[in-house]
Amino acid sequence: MNRQIARLSLIATLLILVLAVFTARWSVIDATALKNEPLNRRPLLEQQQIPRGLILARDNSKIAENRHVGTHQNKRYYRVYPQNNVFSHAAGYAFVSRGSSGLEQSQNDVLSGTAGDLGSFFDEIAGGPSQGDDIKTALDPEAQKTAISALAGRQGAIVAMDPRSGAVQVMASQPDYNPNDIPAKFAELNRQSNSPLFNRATQGQYPPGSTFKVVTAAAGLDSGKYTPDSQISGKNNKVISGVPLQNFGGENFASISLTDALTHSVNTVFGEMGEKLGKKTMFDYMTRFGFNAKPPLDYPRSQMFASGEYKNGKLLDANSPSVDVGRMAIGQDKLQVTPLQMAMVASAVANGGKLMRPHMVEKVVGPDGRTKDTIGSDEQSRVMSEKSASELNQMMRHVVESGTGTAAQLQGIQVAGKTGTAEAPGGFNDAWFIAFAPADNPKVAVAVVVEHAQQSQTGGEVAAPLAAQVMRVLLRRNG
Amino acid sequence: MGARGRELFGLLPVTLMITAGFTAVLISQTSGSQINKVTLTYGGIFLGACLIGHIFIRARLPHADPYLYPLAALMTAFGLVEIYRIDQSLAWKQAVIFGIGLGFFCVTIMLLRDIRVLERYRYTIAIIGILLLLAPRLPGIGKQVNGAYLSVGVGSFQFQTAEFAKIAIVIFLASYLNDVRDVLVRGRLPRISMKHLGPMLVIWGAAMLMLVVIRDLGSSIMFFGAFLALLYIATNRLSLVLPALAAFLGGAWFFANSTPHVQDRVDSWLHPFSQKLYDMPGGSYQLAQSLFSQADGGLFGRGFGEAMLTQTNGQPIVPAAHTDLIYAVIVNEVGLFGGIGLLITYLLFVSRGFKTATLASDGFSKLLAAGLSAVFALQVFVIVGGVTKVIPLTGVTLPFVSYGGSSVVANFVLLALLLIVSDRARRGRYAESGGLMR
Repeated sequence: MNRQIARLSLIATLLILVLAVFTARWSVIDATALKNEPLNRRPLLEQQQIPRGLILARDNSKIAENRHVGTHQNKRYYRVYPQNNVFSHAAGYAFVSRGSSGLEQSQNDVLSGTAGDLGSFFDEIAGGPSQGDDIKTALDPEAQKTAISALAGRQGAIVAMDPRSGAVQVMASQPDYNPNDIPAKFAELNRQSNSPLFNRATQGQYPPGSTFKVVTAAAGLDSGKYTPDSQISGKNNKVISGVPLQNFGGENFASISLTDALTHSVNTVFGEMGEKLGKKTMFDYMTRFGFNAKPPLDYPRSQMFASGEYKNGKLLDANSPSVDVGRMAIGQDKLQVTPLQMAMVASAVANGGKLMRPHMVEKVVGPDGRTKDTIGSDEQSRVMSEKSASELNQMMRHVVESGTGTAAQLQGIQVAGKTGTAEAPGGFNDAWFIAFAPADNPKVAVAVVVEHAQQSQTGGEVAAPLAAQVMRVLLRRNG
Repeated sequence: MGARGRELFGLLPVTLMITAGFTAVLISQTSGSQINKVTLTYGGIFLGACLIGHIFIRARLPHADPYLYPLAALMTAFGLVEIYRIDQSLAWKQAVIFGIGLGFFCVTIMLLRDIRVLERYRYTIAIIGILLLLAPRLPGIGKQVNGAYLSVGVGSFQFQTAEFAKIAIVIFLASYLNDVRDVLVRGRLPRISMKHLGPMLVIWGAAMLMLVVIRDLGSSIMFFGAFLALLYIATNRLSLVLPALAAFLGGAWFFANSTPHVQDRVDSWLHPFSQKLYDMPGGSYQLAQSLFSQADGGLFGRGFGEAMLTQTNGQPIVPAAHTDLIYAVIVNEVGLFGGIGLLITYLLFVSRGFKTATLASDGFSKLLAAGLSAVFALQVFVIVGGVTKVIPLTGVTLPFVSYGGSSVVANFVLLALLLIVSDRARRGRYAESGGLMR
């Protein structure tokens, strides 16, 4: 019997060898494929094992911080947003169960400490638990709260930035949500018809209305074809692109200066300008302002929209026969723009024609308190000459002094701006206002859009006062 | 060095291993503040318990194989460290169970001065074995876990009867085949009467019944595999073994295609990453998580205490980490090298078991030792093979390592039986060789 026993012993050895080979297969040979398997949530869960970096506001108040459950190797961190709804769209959220959005998404590598593989490799060798880096943003809680309460529950958005640096200080979008509710209520929030998860400031697609006349005016002045004093006919029902165009309220103007035309937002003047300048020039200046591409903001690209002329969901270029340049010049036609883009327009004029790259993150701070990276201000584009910008600045002051935007006036501070009233579906208006202040040394630029204004209400009445409130707070703080 | 000296010497690395293991887990869990007192206490208590067993063997079975006991202690130590790491409260219970196991070990050795006594009670033992197998299916005391009927429970007390049934059935088979082997070896196939083939058909039927009634492929492979091994040893006739194997595979194939429960198990085995099977209760979730945790371990593992076992909400990532899937957690923590190290420990244990069988002088002892070794090896194959996707995953414990009272106690009884056979087998030779027997 011993021979059979020896053979069985051999079979047992072979069976155990098979087990060893299969263990090698899963633990080493196929390990990478298994780690990439979509059902494998370990990589996500691993991110919970290190505390994510904080997101700080301009005043160092915490926008996002961590709590933990468990102890030692069972310790798991999760996100808490102490300011609740205030920065829901700007900062976004990050949860293992629901993914991430906003800064939490775009800055994930920094916040989770996975930026730079070399660093984490040495961390691992050193054996210390790695930790994410904090980010300090330009977001201003007081101005942000002012913007939210100014919108007073109406759907819309407000974006404010420092034109000198491009730092985005306010990004408010209504309705909003409480990011702390995301794990429990994501499906419900996602279903709501007023889309609280949708960031209108960067994704909202609005016709810009007359605020776009600032772009047309910039193109006219900077191309040398017009001056603020150029006399143009403001006749009602002037034929533009073969179709008569009406002024607001059917008002008839004789030959008036470009400055007066902007002050009173005369459609026919800007319609004619657009036609005379032509598509190529208009598109050139639009692109300089940042249109026709997603903004270079440090925000997830999937949550930003490229402003421009759209047909069937496709961005049109200057060669497209579908572009009605006369109506585009007054902010109608097929224009779809975001509040962020219009804040960039105001910002470029305010900063002497130089558009600064918009950004929210100012500094990256390591766990040891050391500043690892400072995001300086850099130029996105030279939109127009300093001379043209200064002329346009003067023209926009008239709008607030004596034109359609008087509701944006501030005590003792000169404001420059432009109103917009765009027809929205369902017989409502989208009320717009873009502005900057102080006009002679701008420290803040802002864009406001309020949806669903009544047909009789204009941007000057509905949106301009909101811009004034936000600017007043930011001017006090921007010093 | 004599046999018992080698055995004692073998316990030293085991004690070092458990002390080092607890140290590693404690460093990971408490930043090292409790290392001194706790680990040395653990190591000391464990060494003390092992020494009691060793002294008992020295007194009662002085000639027994010197390696089996330290190997079992090594596996127990490995299991205790891993269970302590998974759940401290379970480790305390497991330590108590280890003590009870040692108690049963000693009692078995005391009661069975002569192993051949068992032959006299073979039918009683067979009936007890079958009852133990069927008990989980009985209403009132049977418990269904993951679709399989594996344990009986009275109140909070749970008892995995198959662990003891495997020993009873091997005892019966060894005794029965020892009796009829002459007929089976000499008889020409057509002449072998139903009187002798009958019991074998009964055993085949029982294996099939286990598959359907108890719904446990793992136990079914273990029992039928042990039967085939013993049939082969007893008769050396592949003309008997191969048809039996074919009958088993045919039956298994038939049930895999006709019984929904078995069918789902097979599908989950072949396609663990199918979303549908992954989400299905009792589907491929376990196997997928097992493979993910092995992938996470890599060559050297994360280190004792470092594998990820729970999510934020405290829910486990790896289900049944302390029982069925403990091998996956071990590979996660000590890597491919640790996993293979453990497999080598099992291989050595099984080899010593078969070696004991070859040394035994009487047929029953040979068959018993070989059968126990085979069933032990098959149990390792069924659970590790299930966890590593060699065969469909079924709930069987990893001997000496998994948490569980029935498993540890039953395996210590199995160890006691092997040592009893071994002592007798080597006693004669020890005398013949003038005390120089290795």
